[in-house]
Amino acid sequence: MVITVELRRAAPVLAAVVLAAATSAACSGAGGGGGAADGNAINVLMVNNPQMLDIQKLTEENFTKQTGIKVNYTVLPENDVRDKISQEFSSQAGQYDIASISNYEVPFYAKNGWLAPLDDFVAKDTAFDQNDVLPSMRQSLTAEDGKLYAEPFYGESSFLMYRKDVLDAKSLTVPDNPTWDQVADLAAKADGAQPGMKGICLRGQPGWGQVFAPLTTVVNTFGGTWFGKDWTPQVNAPEFKQATKFYVDLVRAHGEAGAPQAGFAECLNNMEQGKVAMWYDATSAAGLLNAADSPVAGKLGFAQAPVSKTKSAGWLYTWAWGVQQASKKHDAAWKFISWASGRDYEKLVGGKLGWSKVPDGKRASTYENQDYLKATPSARQTQQAITAADPRNPGTQPRPTIGIQFVDIPEFTDLGTQVSQQVSSAIAGSTTVDAALDGGQQLAEKVAAKYRAK
Amino acid sequence: MKRTWQPWGALAWLAGILFALPIGWMVLTSLHSEPDAATNPPSLTAPLTLQGYREFFGASTGQSSWPPLVNSASASIGSTVLVLLLAVPAAYALSIRPVRKWTDVMFFFLSTKMMPVVAGLLPVYLFAQKVGLLDNISYLVVLYTSMNLPIAVWLMRSFLAEVPTEILEAAALDGAGLITTLRRVVAPVAAPGIAATALICFIFSWNELLFARVLTGVVAGTAPVYLTSFVTSQGLFLAKVCAAAVVVSLPVLAAGFAAQDKLVQGLSLGAVK
Amino acid sequence: MTVHSPTAQHRSVPLRANAPRLAGQWARRAPLLPALVFLIAVTQLPFVATLVISVLRWNALDPTNTGFAGLRNYLAVVTDANLRSSMLNTAVLTVAVVLASLVLGLLLALLLDRRFLGRGVVRTMLIAPFLVVPVAAALLWKHVLYNPEYGLLNGVLTEVWRWFGSDHPPQPDWISGMPKLAVEAALVWQWTPFMMLILLAGLQSRPIEAVEAARIDGANAWQVFRYLTLPHLRRYLELGGLLGSIYIVQNFDAVFTITSGGLGTANLPYTIYQTFYQAHDYGQASAAGVVVVVVSIVIATFALRLVSSLLRNEAS
Repeated sequence: MVITVELRRAAPVLAAVVLAAATSAACSGAGGGGGAADGNAINVLMVNNPQMLDIQKLTEENFTKQTGIKVNYTVLPENDVRDKISQEFSSQAGQYDIASISNYEVPFYAKNGWLAPLDDFVAKDTAFDQNDVLPSMRQSLTAEDGKLYAEPFYGESSFLMYRKDVLDAKSLTVPDNPTWDQVADLAAKADGAQPGMKGICLRGQPGWGQVFAPLTTVVNTFGGTWFGKDWTPQVNAPEFKQATKFYVDLVRAHGEAGAPQAGFAECLNNMEQGKVAMWYDATSAAGLLNAADSPVAGKLGFAQAPVSKTKSAGWLYTWAWGVQQASKKHDAAWKFISWASGRDYEKLVGGKLGWSKVPDGKRASTYENQDYLKATPSARQTQQAITAADPRNPGTQPRPTIGIQFVDIPEFTDLGTQVSQQVSSAIAGSTTVDAALDGGQQLAEKVAAKYRAK
Repeated sequence: MKRTWQPWGALAWLAGILFALPIGWMVLTSLHSEPDAATNPPSLTAPLTLQGYREFFGASTGQSSWPPLVNSASASIGSTVLVLLLAVPAAYALSIRPVRKWTDVMFFFLSTKMMPVVAGLLPVYLFAQKVGLLDNISYLVVLYTSMNLPIAVWLMRSFLAEVPTEILEAAALDGAGLITTLRRVVAPVAAPGIAATALICFIFSWNELLFARVLTGVVAGTAPVYLTSFVTSQGLFLAKVCAAAVVVSLPVLAAGFAAQDKLVQGLSLGAVK
Repeated sequence: MTVHSPTAQHRSVPLRANAPRLAGQWARRAPLLPALVFLIAVTQLPFVATLVISVLRWNALDPTNTGFAGLRNYLAVVTDANLRSSMLNTAVLTVAVVLASLVLGLLLALLLDRRFLGRGVVRTMLIAPFLVVPVAAALLWKHVLYNPEYGLLNGVLTEVWRWFGSDHPPQPDWISGMPKLAVEAALVWQWTPFMMLILLAGLQSRPIEAVEAARIDGANAWQVFRYLTLPHLRRYLELGGLLGSIYIVQNFDAVFTITSGGLGTANLPYTIYQTFYQAHDYGQASAAGVVVVVVSIVIATFALRLVSSLLRNEAS
């Protein structure tokens, strides 16, 4: 029996020892695991866009030194960060004090009580000057209860960017307010203007925020909508189909190579490398195309988002800072937001990194700053596009909820993504637009049934 | 075989080069500047630079990339040790002095591997949130252990089964205790197998992405999660991502190359019985 | 579990034959218990929780509207065309990758089993893909190899066409044109080395005398392979197939990275992940998880028959 007794005793003891050893090893490896408990530190979860990487660079020197608040950043690509933020906020895990959210999330996050209202902070912080924030931005970050829940870091609409030099050489001119028919015609004529150059870059990558961002604005201006006022889904209605066919045909005929996988990054690269003559996308892309190290800086022209039946068609989007309700550091979080979304931060970036890198599109004062205006040829068109955007009434018919390039309901991420995968396949040529949208209609019907029942 | 023209050898070399080519290209790309990394046709002779590696180690953001690497090492080593400590006794009870119906037990172990991990992810997350284990490496250690334990028991059982019964009986007759038997008789036969198992567990833990994505945040983020953060939706990133991929894969590559003989030897034992 | 039935042992001679039988059984079980308890706690308890959540109406994005849903989640799951197609995708992906990497692995193992100059170097090169972190490999294939603008594949085409004086090389869009094949190729590249390692181990444990004897009896290379090598390798092929299937059925990294589940490549892990983390429909995602587990168990029963053939010799 000696052996067996030995073993019986040994096993649990051994297990306990191992667990303890593994745990302590792990904790010491992680630097004590105490990041969240540290009194003077806040945790920020954000998307890894260049503007965010810039603030990461500037924080230590220009924020932590002044306030004593350390900022721990977690940066992730857009798709990943959305999953993570919704998971974090829906469970109110409290790991992060601030996250970069958009005007898509704010209304329903606020309704669910996941965000801390910012009105009291704004009222006390006169230097922040809330009235300088553009009205459409303020409106889109205010929830149904009339409270403000996020502050914009940068804002954008969408417009048409084009290679002025290339089109000039072919004696083509882009009107300031083009129609989609004109743009399709220009794309056909500019196709092949230089070896390997296609007419236009349009996103085709699956994702509600990828292909459906520009595509939904096309649908809007063609007279279509995801849902009618009473939540009747209209995904396979004639207008929606016509718009999608137009988009798919255009990108298949004169669009970029690899269109079904092309998102913002791929199109940006195509534009910089001279692979396309035009690009319909976010106004914030202009800053990147005009940056000092961009090969196409100074060769670009800008026009308003192409339209068909509406007067304007640009979207409205902002990456904004929201404070998690479960966070215990609302005061420190506001200090960070006040700095990051403040007027002085824009000047700091302008002075240190260059005026083309300013996180713009959110404050009226930005568009009065001469340094900024000199460095930003797209400033006027951007301001016009953001001002013209009307998130409550973006199409030709009344809508059940807010949103231009999205429908502001939580189900839209899933719905939009699933339909976008079909549309992306249609761009690849492996399915038809009709089939894609008929499938989309069924999915939309499921979502709509839920809202009609309410 | 004589030293003549070896057609099979040439074919093997060709296959080897083909398989290693993407990795070679990854290393070369990591040493190029971003614009040189994104040319068509590829620029083979572009000047080399360490900029990608500098970016990985935080040249432009000031963020250190050591914590994720250390986190990955802690999680992988911690769970590998725990797996071995649990699996060796279990394998012993399944082979050398097997419990009755040990095949059923083996089936149970293996069947846990066939359930989709993702189906249990939500409870695992909610539990961690309730008890405050989010963003904690110990939790990853536990999960990685459960992930690797079935395979480890499976492989280890085969290795221990290699130990000839006669020797064990002889040792018992000689009055050797359990520890002595394990050390003198079992260990020499099973050592390569244990090493191979440990290596495989280490590799799978180091590579794990799904749990780490969902359960870690500021403090405990692992290297694969960190790696994905270099794919920006705005701007060029090929050189940076390749540099990151090289650094993150390096520990596994090094361990794997160093132990490839053990791996072959170990797996051969694992399959025979 | 049948571990608890108190009966006699059947392999080695009991070390103390006269010890009480019951105590002897428990002594045998003791070393097994920590692993067993650990695994049950960490893998089975969450599944019980999943089972409970699957009958709840619970969408995290709509926290005020929760309650008991009965079987409605299951109804939604079985009528969901996406889930059905992702089941099919999972099966196709697993079978294709496992078979292709087994065949390729076998060919490479046969090559490596010969002696030639620099065999060690070639083996190291062939193992390397297995040692690249999967998400790094997926990123590598997506951005560095497949990218239609600056990927290596199209870059090589441009270069080759240039040698022949053509400025218009074909520039296929690999991922969009053949999305499933693109994911499969990346996975086959990673898993072939693993299969090769197992099969190489098998080849090297082949009794050399039998081969020699067969040769002397006038068997040609094909006959030796067909009647000696292949039967000997059967167990190794089964082991490789089993381990490969276990990991590829669960593959998430490659699908998530290369196609984001688009273009009809979504497999089960990706689809369930999407329901969890994009739709946040916890109830429906859990129901899908349960359905998948049930289907897995059915399939696993067949797989385990294969396993039992691996174990049969020993248990008898």
